[in-house]
Amino acid sequence: MITVRVNNISKKYSQNKTEVLALDKISFDVNQGELFAVIGPDGAGKTSLFRILTSLILAEEGIATVDGFDVITQYKEIRKRIGYMPGKFSLYQDLTVEENLNFFASIFHTSIEENYDLIKDIYDQIAPFKDRRAGKLSGGMKQKLALSCALIHRPSILFLDEPTTGVDAISRKEFWEMLKRLKQQGITILVSTPYMDEASLCDRVALLQKGKILSIDTPENIMSQFKNKLWAIKSEEMYPLLLALRSNAFIEQSYPFGEYHHVLTNNEKELALFAQNYNAELKIVDPTIEDCFIALMQNHVNL
Amino acid sequence: MNILRYLLEKEFRQIFRDPSILRMIFIMPIIQLIILPQAANYEVKNVKIAIVDHDHSTYSTSMIYKITASGYFILTGINDSHLDAMELVERDHADIILEIPAHFEKDLVKESETEVLMSVNAINGMRANLGASYLSVILRDYNQDVRLKWVQLPRFDEVKRLNITSTNWYNPHMNYKLFMVPGILVILLTMVGAFLAALNIVKEKEIGTIEQINVTPIKKYHFILGKLIPFWMMGMFVLSLGLLVARVFYGIVPLGNIGLLYLFSGCYLIAVLGLGLLISTISQTQQQAMLLAFFLMMIFIMMSGLYTSIDSMPYWAQVVTWFNPVSYFIEVVRMIVLKGSTFRDIQFNLGIILIFAIVLNSWAVFSYKKRN
Repeated sequence: MITVRVNNISKKYSQNKTEVLALDKISFDVNQGELFAVIGPDGAGKTSLFRILTSLILAEEGIATVDGFDVITQYKEIRKRIGYMPGKFSLYQDLTVEENLNFFASIFHTSIEENYDLIKDIYDQIAPFKDRRAGKLSGGMKQKLALSCALIHRPSILFLDEPTTGVDAISRKEFWEMLKRLKQQGITILVSTPYMDEASLCDRVALLQKGKILSIDTPENIMSQFKNKLWAIKSEEMYPLLLALRSNAFIEQSYPFGEYHHVLTNNEKELALFAQNYNAELKIVDPTIEDCFIALMQNHVNL
Repeated sequence: MNILRYLLEKEFRQIFRDPSILRMIFIMPIIQLIILPQAANYEVKNVKIAIVDHDHSTYSTSMIYKITASGYFILTGINDSHLDAMELVERDHADIILEIPAHFEKDLVKESETEVLMSVNAINGMRANLGASYLSVILRDYNQDVRLKWVQLPRFDEVKRLNITSTNWYNPHMNYKLFMVPGILVILLTMVGAFLAALNIVKEKEIGTIEQINVTPIKKYHFILGKLIPFWMMGMFVLSLGLLVARVFYGIVPLGNIGLLYLFSGCYLIAVLGLGLLISTISQTQQQAMLLAFFLMMIFIMMSGLYTSIDSMPYWAQVVTWFNPVSYFIEVVRMIVLKGSTFRDIQFNLGIILIFAIVLNSWAVFSYKKRN
């Protein structure tokens, strides 16, 4: 069953009389109970897409439905059914943790007790600070509180806009585990993120760049599309090495990746020679999902 | 209705936790009402006068005594030449120069006519004006005295004269504070109603909480009422506090019906809250709202008749004041407090304020959007 349907959605912003196309005729579907990620660099249009789906802004073109309701005409129904966690922490900083949660529960005509089972995992971690004002919480706790508030009315769809941006590696991992548990409760989750490595944690991913969707698939399928051999190269002087790689015609693509540079080539012999000349270490590596995305984005730019 | 209750509960919690709002509603009215009326005083005293006496006669001396004895003037110099006195003016040590010519006494006695020169520093227009007119009155008096002394009383006055005496109704002693305190109270109410409310809503925009509210099923009117009601109540509180201060510090007890004053204030607050709401829909940041509010407040105060009488403004300016809600309330508050006016007297102003309330609020509600 399809929960979120996006069909030919476009959004323009006019800035200093020039128009910026934030979303360019994008379409996709999200199934019931799916953990769906929209991945893309800053400025790709992720937030605009989420704000259209949560009925906060209107798209210029196209149709979108959430839980079967149209985002333009039936937005009132949608607002009853969704939980939205914006990228920026936007709860009342001068109310305490408990007051914030209580407030959002009561405006949905429910109470903390009624839906406690849903948020228990998350809320238990911040419960010791329930009398602290939200503004005084640490970044990770703010995020947990925001998620609790977005969940307190037991929404059927959860929209999380860059929930892991600016969060440390451990909290990010914890956060994704929380999302997995929520998914088990049958909640459809749409999450946006600029971190490509998080893609492998989702059921399906849409890669968004400059307002266009480059590919939508499961992480496994995206990985399997990567047919080329991927080389990793390393030497003492990494930056001159990268410049040298990029100046060679037989190198298709090269980019820094951790302590190595990843390289795609059509001429393995030349590459081996090159490595020798530069006294560099060369080896074949398995592509990660990030390599797949970089390849996709590169191809798209080349087109 | 329940949702409104939760919103109000939340709003009051936030208000009572915000020290700056509390300061605004408790301390600001008291300070402003105690300090401003003292400073905003039209009565001109301590006019500095320099006298150039070329005559040095009994008559000129007695005239100088009469001037300094009036209490309005401080003698800051007796000079020998006009140039010396002018230097005092240039250094701001003197506001007025009075030059008494040589042969002043002689001319006065023989020709029964003489002239004195009055030079006034007109940089501070009001001070110059009033100082000069005080001085003229004193000189006229003096003239009268002199004539009485040595002119034989004629059988009848050759020059027909009209003597004018005046009484000041509603404020017999021309107590300036009686007039200013109610006016300042109006300004306070306007600030609480329009600007605190506007800043509060814009703050939600700035922090992003309004977006979190917008994705909930809360209705537009719930949200707006949830904002307007607390600030309406705060406005009424400030009014009561202000009336109390006026009574304790100035002994001002409204002559008219206090219920009527509250009725009008209630309607007025609805109008200015609409204005605040409107400001908040146009502004994206608190800074923008603040600047806009400051701009409006300046116009409101200057064009309200608080300091300068509307009747003496040029016609175009009077037309501008018609669109200033503050001017209607200042008129009414003075009428009720000083004159004891009744409902019949203020019904026109009340009607206008109600129109303001309806127009401003519907405009604001219309332009407030939960999404764009």
